[in-house]
Amino acid sequence: MGVFLCKCGGNISDFVDLEAVKRAVEKIDGVVAVEVDEHWCSSPAGKRIKEVIKEKNLNRVVIAACTLNMHQPHFMEVLQEAGLNPYLLERVNAREQCSWVHKDSPKEATEKAIDLVRGGIARAKRLTELSPIVEKINKNVVVVGGGVAGIIASLELAYGGYRVFLVEKSPTIGGRMAKFSKVFPSLDCASCILTPRMAEVESHKNITLLTYSELQEVSGSAGNFKVKILKKPRYVDPALCTGCRDCTTVCPVKVPNEWNMGMDKRTAIYIPFPEAVPRVATVDGEHCLYLKHSKPGKPVCGKCVEVCKAKAINWNQKLEVLEVEAGAILLAVGSEVFDARRVPQLGYGLYKNVITSMEFERMINSDGPTGGKVVNPVTGETPKVVAFIQCVGSRDEKYNPYCCRIGCTATLKHAALLKEYVSKDIDIYVCYNDMRTVGKGFEEFYRRVRDMGVKFIRGLPSEVKQKPDGTLSFNVFDTTTETLYEVNADLVVLAIGLVPSPDIEKVAKLLKLSRGHDGFLLEAHEKLRPVETLTDGIFVAGSCLGPMDIHDATSEAMGAASKVMGFLSAGEIVKEPIVAKVNEDLCSGCRVCVSVCPFDAIKMEEKGEGKFVAKVDEVSCKGCGLCASSCPTAAITTQHFTDEQIRAQVRGILVGT
Amino acid sequence: MSEFQPKIVAFCCNWCSYAGADQAGLRRLQYPPTARIVRIMCSGRLDPVFVLEAFRYGADGVLVAGCHTPTDCHYTSGNFKAERRVLLLRKLLEQLGLEPERLRLEWISASEGEKFARVIEEMTQKLKELGPSPLKSA
Repeated sequence: MGVFLCKCGGNISDFVDLEAVKRAVEKIDGVVAVEVDEHWCSSPAGKRIKEVIKEKNLNRVVIAACTLNMHQPHFMEVLQEAGLNPYLLERVNAREQCSWVHKDSPKEATEKAIDLVRGGIARAKRLTELSPIVEKINKNVVVVGGGVAGIIASLELAYGGYRVFLVEKSPTIGGRMAKFSKVFPSLDCASCILTPRMAEVESHKNITLLTYSELQEVSGSAGNFKVKILKKPRYVDPALCTGCRDCTTVCPVKVPNEWNMGMDKRTAIYIPFPEAVPRVATVDGEHCLYLKHSKPGKPVCGKCVEVCKAKAINWNQKLEVLEVEAGAILLAVGSEVFDARRVPQLGYGLYKNVITSMEFERMINSDGPTGGKVVNPVTGETPKVVAFIQCVGSRDEKYNPYCCRIGCTATLKHAALLKEYVSKDIDIYVCYNDMRTVGKGFEEFYRRVRDMGVKFIRGLPSEVKQKPDGTLSFNVFDTTTETLYEVNADLVVLAIGLVPSPDIEKVAKLLKLSRGHDGFLLEAHEKLRPVETLTDGIFVAGSCLGPMDIHDATSEAMGAASKVMGFLSAGEIVKEPIVAKVNEDLCSGCRVCVSVCPFDAIKMEEKGEGKFVAKVDEVSCKGCGLCASSCPTAAITTQHFTDEQIRAQVRGILVGT
Repeated sequence: MSEFQPKIVAFCCNWCSYAGADQAGLRRLQYPPTARIVRIMCSGRLDPVFVLEAFRYGADGVLVAGCHTPTDCHYTSGNFKAERRVLLLRKLLEQLGLEPERLRLEWISASEGEKFARVIEEMTQKLKELGPSPLKSA
């Protein structure tokens, strides 16, 4: 056995006396070489390890350095290249868990390091040769979320030749972007650029579109997931429905229309908007009179059935569970907008002429509730003075400390649309914290909007009040001119930010993914692995990672799709051999292991004469070891973490051998 | 003779608590040099024998650390198994003449370096109060 002690450029050796460690362990039975180096992870040091392995004919290697979450693949490769099975490597954590946390007590840190290395040596003696498990990969992909990120990712994958199942919880794909009138900074028409891509999703032969559907359960692992998808009944046969909307003209139910941010009403049978994909009616089971009040033999309402020429309405549809096998999962579940009611002093929910930026977005959209007319909801007239208040719910410790990244440019867009499409005579005030126009062409856009005569006040009002005549009024201190202004406006628009949606929490729980302090999903590395999660085979894109605009969501979607294709095109996945193993001679057939296994990876196999023994499915086994610690006869153990290995390590730490 | 420095064997699950201990290091949090970490894949891998043997070989305290209940366990439910075992083990320790406080169970996530450091600090303090394990001299 060889022991390699790393100074880590002083990170370890400044606090741990490695020469003392060397002296303490070099006499241990079986240790034939102990060497100290500045950086064992460097390439020349790797060569040295290989030389020592060959010179001293080593059959075990112990490296005491940083955490094994660093450089482990590299060191395993070094062993492999020297002709040694890579699972005969033992790592001792002498940095994160020793030198860095005991800077003030070098003597004790050295004693601790000696104990840890002794434990490592004892464990290393019991390590056995293992081979990685190679599995074939299923080349299907499940994409969750049909907003712009999910749409773009699905199309990239489909054109790349991969089979995609796109799961969207609403009756249509399109997400938040489909609600926008124009996009910044070019002021392109949002639906003109999005709806053709939505249509491509529907027609692409490689995409199975599952709308009104949700992720229910995911089992298996990277390369071979089994995904259960809950398909909700829409009570309309999509193959028959022509999307004529005759049903929506006769349905007597009126409920707030979520598509228009509740500013108008929709019927219980509805198509969210004309370009919906699929353009198929959906019956909202919560509000439909027939579904809620009919009794056997006594149907209520049913007007839509009478008027539907295609005979598409089918009351017998039930919740369906679909099972899909996929190699990778791409999450693009998006976010939701901040609830402006949480800042009551700004008057939203109190005064009708205080609206949110999303409501403004629908109002100025020609297919919105006002047919594209911007009106003061109190008077129904075009406003003369409009004030925008920025950072509502964002950059505020009380709500969300982060920047929403879209509010500034979205407001510039709204101001420009008012000036260009409604009237250049409208007086516009923008009250802001900082103008963060960091995207391509955004600063130029800001200049253009300033040149249009929009007034910018650097300061935020603390309270918005309504005057008896219905106009709104607030005081705001401009920190650039050090002047207190009183602004009177007919319409106040609150620039609300983006917050994590309940869907994020749901998928995080379902797939065991980490979320950041802000509640958004956590990427594997914020800089270098922005579209992967820490779980193999699960990729992520769009605003479920944090607030972002369409450009960034699209870039991430394309990045994530490429990562998925790279992952799947390898055709196979190499899995660590840390799995359970059964000694059939010791197995009494008691089935305790079967009952504790969280992954259903153990089955009983008949060995004749009524004797049953446990059999582990290596593909499903994840190596947790619950079976090993529960087995009454010690017949089942986990490779690389056997009882013998763990017990030896404990003994090594405490008594030295 | 210098002050009694207890020895703690800390069984940490690979996914949360081992990474939590790394986090303490990354943030250079300083805590007493009393704990020796043994990595296991899941806190549910903990065989009661591991704990009993640690005491037998002279540990003054044992920490079992895993992912937060109810939802954080990488393997769904291993942490619940660990919780039950530790409860039973503490009863057993009492019958063996050891203070049950010598065995501690904590949920420490990968981002809770601070909690890891605090737990070791508290445990060290407690063990100093209790003194060396009575099994040590036996």
